[in-house]
Amino acid sequence: MPHTIIEKLWNSHLVEEQPGAPALLFIDLHLVHEVTSPQAFQGLRERGLKVRRPDLTIATADHSIPTTDRSLPIVDQIAAKQLAQLETNCAEFGIRCLGVHSDRQGIVHVIGPELGLTQPGMTVVCGDSHTATHGAFGALAFGIGTSEVENVLASQCLLQLKSKTFEVKVEGTLRRGVSAKDIILALIAKIGVGGGTGCVFEFTGSAIRALSMDERMTVCNMSIEGGARAGLIAPDDTTFEYLCGRPHAPKGAAWDAAMARWKQLPTDSGAIYDRQVTIDANALEPMITYGTNPGMGMPINAPLPEPAEVTDPMARDSIAKALAYMGLEGGKPLAGHAIDVVFIGSCTNSRISDLRAAASVLKGRKVNPKLRVLVVPGSQEVKRQAIAEGLSDIFLAAGCEWRDAGCSMCIAMNGDQLAPGEYSVSTSNRNFEGRQGKGGRTFLASPLTAAASAITGVVTDVRTLL
Amino acid sequence: MKPFTNFRSRLVPLAINNIDTDQIIPARFLKTTSKEGLDRQLFCDWRYDAQGNPKPDFILNQPRVAGAQVLLAGDNFGCGSSREHAPWALTQFGFRAVISTSFADIFTGNSLKNALLPIAVPPDVHAELFAAVAADPGVTVEIDLAAQTLTTPAGRRVPFPIDAFAKHCLIEGVDELGYILKQEGAIRAYESSHPSPINTLEIVR
Ligand code: SF4
Repeated sequence: MPHTIIEKLWNSHLVEEQPGAPALLFIDLHLVHEVTSPQAFQGLRERGLKVRRPDLTIATADHSIPTTDRSLPIVDQIAAKQLAQLETNCAEFGIRCLGVHSDRQGIVHVIGPELGLTQPGMTVVCGDSHTATHGAFGALAFGIGTSEVENVLASQCLLQLKSKTFEVKVEGTLRRGVSAKDIILALIAKIGVGGGTGCVFEFTGSAIRALSMDERMTVCNMSIEGGARAGLIAPDDTTFEYLCGRPHAPKGAAWDAAMARWKQLPTDSGAIYDRQVTIDANALEPMITYGTNPGMGMPINAPLPEPAEVTDPMARDSIAKALAYMGLEGGKPLAGHAIDVVFIGSCTNSRISDLRAAASVLKGRKVNPKLRVLVVPGSQEVKRQAIAEGLSDIFLAAGCEWRDAGCSMCIAMNGDQLAPGEYSVSTSNRNFEGRQGKGGRTFLASPLTAAASAITGVVTDVRTLL
Repeated sequence: MKPFTNFRSRLVPLAINNIDTDQIIPARFLKTTSKEGLDRQLFCDWRYDAQGNPKPDFILNQPRVAGAQVLLAGDNFGCGSSREHAPWALTQFGFRAVISTSFADIFTGNSLKNALLPIAVPPDVHAELFAAVAADPGVTVEIDLAAQTLTTPAGRRVPFPIDAFAKHCLIEGVDELGYILKQEGAIRAYESSHPSPINTLEIVR
């Protein structure tokens, strides 16, 4: 029987399936960070358990870490305690920790792929909903809660109910100024934030095949914003080229054996998905969100929705409430709306190709002096590479702040945040009320759109600057 | 975990769709290394004004909430971040169940592990419950986990879905890890037939 890649990954990781219980899946890679792990380590201590497979576990500090000078002590004492706790827990349980002062530190979803730890055919988990990022390699990657972090630390296994398979087919060629971020924002606007609940996405089609690994990660990253717990892309030559030579990628004969396995992964022809949706890449425009969930998105030149035109009363209230929070008026355009901050970063868009895209717009230009523009690389490695390529010089010359690696203003736990009422164009993944700081108002968009808006000081269609 | 028992409770209506975990508990409270003390931070940015004073018009600040154990929320509750702090905050406040038309997957899993029951009901029942509580804030619902039913104020018994294993764990008051650790033989067999392609402990360049 023909199988989808999702089913192949599921079947090859089944440890046990007992009647009346969810399947027990083996986990090939467990990524740990400071925010969702302390209570899990404490649970292990209370039960007198060890970490079963420290060799399949790795930790980093990203969420609450400052992105300013790392040689200075951390001012926020609660954050400092949490970061210190991570190091203590890792030392006690024998886990490698790429902590505050590691030259490999970075956002957990940036460093896994970068180190070659994320590989096709794997199961990957992390106490973080954007773990789907790793699906870009043809891995089944789930975000999990802290109880599950504890379960995986103790057993290297996860109890899991089988998800439905959902093919997202993106055919065609992206036009100039349109990028991977616009594909995923368009999908979420189309199916809604609950549209993929209970499903795993497989992204297919010519537009997906044409994406680089960095871009594929951007697409898979936001699967959770479409309600899917995981999203993936079958591996191909682009995947193999990216992996070849990475620190933890197989070498020599092991590489050949791995390639033989990886080539078996793609979905068999004739395999059937539970659900399917098609997106026409040729017709996509740069996308932007206007509201307070990532499904409230539209093409950048579209008018804002009119709540009065929405029939379902609770949906109408949601849009009205979102527009009120955002200080926007239905029917008006969003393009041209003044902003205060631009944030280029996060596990969605902080990789080297994202920084290159932003720099291509900012080169030789100045950011609007009224704005604060933060450029936050996803990892120390991305930072080094950006410096080597001269991108950091472009950002600094344009008047941006060039920061150290971390989650930063994506989640605003580390002091990088919007003031109440401030507007940002942000390359991150969530525009929930207060996500980037209490009272802050977020427009989600691509690095190209963010860079263009940084120059003009208003929400801007990048195509006017190309 | 204590075994989950049947109960009757008033409803706390919150008619907002897509309530995400950043609203349930904002990220700035996730710097804690403990599970305790999160009840005050539940719905913090809707509940308190800029000075930190409770907003009287927000439902959680109203006297009617005292003792109520069921949150009645809009569609797609619990979307967003995987933070288990969300069900921790809800249960510490006193909630034992949330009713919606649907729940985000990770939130469902996290809630069931913390004795918080996500009860998904069809849209007509959902609307009926909101109407009933609007007409009389004192109405109650009854939740019977073994029978998987919710009895509406009008006396209608509505079935709700729950994964059989999660139900078993809740009724018995046991957690997943105990079950997983009993599968040691199967885990060991899997490990020995599936050599791992990576070793995170190896320092490689
Ligand atoms: S960058 Fe944002 S979304 Fe990504 S892991 Fe960090 S906080 Fe989560």
